[in-house]
Amino acid sequence: MIPASVLAVDKLCVDARTPEGLRRVIDDVSFSLTAGETLCIAGESGSGKSVTSLAIMGLLPKTSLQIASGSIALEGRELSRLPNRAMRSVRGGDIAMVFQEPMTSLNPVMSIGAQLTEAIREHQGSEGKSADATALRMLDAVHMSEPAKRLKQYPHELSGGMRQRVMIAMALSCRPKVLIADEPTTALDVTVQAQILRLINELKREFGASVVLITHDMGVVAQMADRVIIMQSGRIIEQGEAVPLFGAPRERYTRELLAAVPRLGSCSGTEGPPRKGAQPAQPPAADRQPVLTVQKLDVTYGKATGWLFGKTPPLPVVSDVSFEILPGQTLGLVGESGSGKSTTGKAVLGLLPFKGNVVIDNRNIAGLSQRQMRPVRRCAQMIFQDPYASLDPRMAVGAAIAEPLVIHGLANKGEREDRVADLLRRVGLAPDSASRYPHEFSGGQRQRICIARALALGPKLIVADESVAALDVSVRAHVLDLMLELQETMGLAYLLISHDMAVIEQMSHNVAVMRSGRIVEMGSRRSVFETPRNAYTQALIEAVPVPDPRRRHLV
Amino acid sequence: MTSYIAKRLLVAIPTLLIVSVFVFLLQKLLPGDPILALAGEERDPATIEFLRAKYHLNDPIVWQYIYWFRDLLHGDLGISLRTNQPVTELIAEKLPVTIQLAVLAMIIAMGIGIPAGILAAVRKNSALDVAANLVALSGLSVPNFWLGIMLILLVSVNLGWLPASGYAPLFSDPVRALETMIMPAFVLSTPLAATLMRHTRSAMLGALKADYVRTARAKGLSPRVVVLEHGFRNALLPIVTLSALLFGDLLAGAVLTEQIFTIPGFGKLIVDAVFNRDYAVVQGVVLCTAVGFILMNLLADVLYVLLNPRMRAAL
Repeated sequence: MIPASVLAVDKLCVDARTPEGLRRVIDDVSFSLTAGETLCIAGESGSGKSVTSLAIMGLLPKTSLQIASGSIALEGRELSRLPNRAMRSVRGGDIAMVFQEPMTSLNPVMSIGAQLTEAIREHQGSEGKSADATALRMLDAVHMSEPAKRLKQYPHELSGGMRQRVMIAMALSCRPKVLIADEPTTALDVTVQAQILRLINELKREFGASVVLITHDMGVVAQMADRVIIMQSGRIIEQGEAVPLFGAPRERYTRELLAAVPRLGSCSGTEGPPRKGAQPAQPPAADRQPVLTVQKLDVTYGKATGWLFGKTPPLPVVSDVSFEILPGQTLGLVGESGSGKSTTGKAVLGLLPFKGNVVIDNRNIAGLSQRQMRPVRRCAQMIFQDPYASLDPRMAVGAAIAEPLVIHGLANKGEREDRVADLLRRVGLAPDSASRYPHEFSGGQRQRICIARALALGPKLIVADESVAALDVSVRAHVLDLMLELQETMGLAYLLISHDMAVIEQMSHNVAVMRSGRIVEMGSRRSVFETPRNAYTQALIEAVPVPDPRRRHLV
Repeated sequence: MTSYIAKRLLVAIPTLLIVSVFVFLLQKLLPGDPILALAGEERDPATIEFLRAKYHLNDPIVWQYIYWFRDLLHGDLGISLRTNQPVTELIAEKLPVTIQLAVLAMIIAMGIGIPAGILAAVRKNSALDVAANLVALSGLSVPNFWLGIMLILLVSVNLGWLPASGYAPLFSDPVRALETMIMPAFVLSTPLAATLMRHTRSAMLGALKADYVRTARAKGLSPRVVVLEHGFRNALLPIVTLSALLFGDLLAGAVLTEQIFTIPGFGKLIVDAVFNRDYAVVQGVVLCTAVGFILMNLLADVLYVLLNPRMRAAL
């Protein structure tokens, strides 16, 4: 017997209105979802996976996107031509959606209870007490602690994971037939991600819903999917059962995508990150001076302010952190949000007031003024997380890369131009990119520009804070390769800050695991990943979704 | 909450002190000698000397301020040189008139500006949006006095629908009060309505783009609920703050309108006082306006906290 299809999308095309006319963003997409199935739509940014889900929900922004042709049918009922009023009862009633950003997807001025009950009232016609009771039951179903208290709280009082639980409770409160989850765990810490994925699976069984899970993370796909759709540039490249698709992908794009996925444990048995060339002749580690030595670093936020009212005690965010990095080596600093890893990175460059000692290239920067810091900054630079926000949109790329040289009064105009061209070549961009502006580049190219800018002063140490977190996997792999190559040829030391265990494993010589402002475990990459001693490190490693559907350890 | 308000009130004290110093100095800086005006035609030196002593004008300026401030604390703002009435009495008589006018103007401004702003945002770039923006722009650029005169000409002189001037207290004769107030209040409200419309529009545009509005739509809520309960409730925060501040403006800005419609309010009081060099009255009015401004600022802050759960929690 063929299982009944709950949702069928047939030859769906969506057009975007652009100043140049219509442009097709979803092209001939067809798939169906059977009852109780989890279908994962995977793809990189711009693949059209989110637009597809919004089209199903009838939530395409009218001014920019429209369904050009095709059909979307829920249990045989055509949705794409449904009038607005009828569509409203489908939305939230028959098909519900959970979004990526738990921090902003809840209304900040409405209590959790009010936001939960309004959907229940809208779709089930229940009023007052019974809606409240349903809301309470739903919070209980998503394993929220103290559900009665939560109803009265506001979103800002809840953590990201708790907010996503509320979103899921809201989505399931009207017992939808289909739950669409658009990157539901992307913004969450890896241990919380594991909990939420487990919850989605559990509730799917309990409520009998089919799930469409949209994600860029092939690890999540492998852990969750019954069937998988791979999308690229608005088209379906490949679809099929999860196990055969991961085991023997038919299409080249799928193979590339899977190959680019960082796999935890792929470097086990080796000491350092993979090297391109022959191992460069380096003196034994014992002879070398560390580029960076951090001793007993303490950073606190907030100070006792106000002569009249309210003295809030300073909040320690980093306490008693010590480590050192040798030239040509990488220390991976890993931890979840709020662990103090970014704060550590900023303090190391003197961007925050701190207590303790930070010695960069034999100079202790503790207590130095901005002016005294200048020469030190020449040998320690930073690459940030968001390549879109960290380049001035009104500054040509060449000028942005040359700016550090100008600030430090190095090189005249001609020399600077040569240096910029050289740097652009180094990071794999054409030298004539110098006259172009940031918006003309993709995310990965922008991050290359940021790296070129960081290299302009010939630093010995680079602090890279989540530098590849915003990039697609395939792009991420290229940028990481570039960073490894630069380390090899220039002897750079990296302080690599990341929440991503796989990135840390691939890049680091040594690893420090941070939690609540302290280093809980530190050692060689091999010892931390292969024989973790600390329970938290073990939990972090176990929570990473393995990109293999035959090894489902999370759900 | 109470402690927050108490804290804000305490912070207002130094502001008020500074204002009082400026208001006091105002009388010293203005040209003309009130004693000469008081002494009458003969300018008898003995009389002048007597008056100077009586009003402590021979003492050092610091002492003069202290005497003045002491009286101020006793609720004594001096005596009008023209009418010989205590200034406090004059203010108590005129202030309600202006407050009445300002409240009505505020109601009209919010009643026009906020819905227009919401509609313009919901139908962004539509004909309605363009029209609302055009009207708002004219509301801002047409001078109050011109609009007032034109309205009097049209509504009162030509059509004879409403009285051109006059005033009636709200509580004893509400119909007449509305008749006389509605036109000046409308004139007074136009720039406000325009400002509110522009701010509401941009706040709503921001709110409607927010993720939580998408969530609300995904829940299948009606467009009305999505726009008003999810969008507008968030857009409301800056609008409320702005409204409270604009209300402070209204108290001071009523001068021209009151002149045109000959309303015996605060604005008229200060204009007359300035022309007559009635410094005690000028001081009283300026001080009163300043206090009004500070109170409105306080109100804005308090409302902001009340409406914003994030701020409420921080208290």
